[in-house]
Amino acid sequence: MTKADLVENVYLKTGFSKKESAEIVEMVFDLMKTTLERGEKIKIAGFGNFVVKDKSTRRGRNPQTGEEIEISSRRILTFKPSQVLKSSINESDDEG
Amino acid sequence: MNKSELVEALAGENGLTYKKAEEIVNLIFDSMAATLSEGGRIEIRGFGSFVVKDYKSYTGRNPKTGEMIEVRPKRLPFFKVGKELRERVNFARRS
Repeated sequence: MTKADLVENVYLKTGFSKKESAEIVEMVFDLMKTTLERGEKIKIAGFGNFVVKDKSTRRGRNPQTGEEIEISSRRILTFKPSQVLKSSINESDDEG
Repeated sequence: MNKSELVEALAGENGLTYKKAEEIVNLIFDSMAATLSEGGRIEIRGFGSFVVKDYKSYTGRNPKTGEMIEVRPKRLPFFKVGKELRERVNFARRS
């Protein structure tokens, strides 16, 4: 599934034109990106939480050369799936 | 931000009614959840991708009691952040 499939779903079910549907889907992801960029988390009930975390500097290794390097502090984005989503993914497994 | 705040923000920027905006936000996350439930993959350019990973059965321990337990095979959704968003999240911190 890509953004184009989401646009198609919105187009088929809402009565908006394809162009409008594409703009609205784009807007939803833009709003999410802007929110996460501010360091704010997003909680979508039934789907999961997108959480921004600060990581401090740590020592690591280049896995290919074994060379020791310093990994700089950074801010990362993580996704924690909701229990509802995890359950529904595992239920369909039983059917298949 | 929770789902209703996302709906409000979407309505505010597009002149959509709250109801329409809510319908669209629900439609997006419901169809994403349905795709993952079927084991499908989602790729949203500029945002990230979701895949379902299979985990085999293994013998683990109950961390509270130390008791050995058989953990059944399971599937979990996994999100990989896209390059654009990864950089935006990280670089915004410095400004």
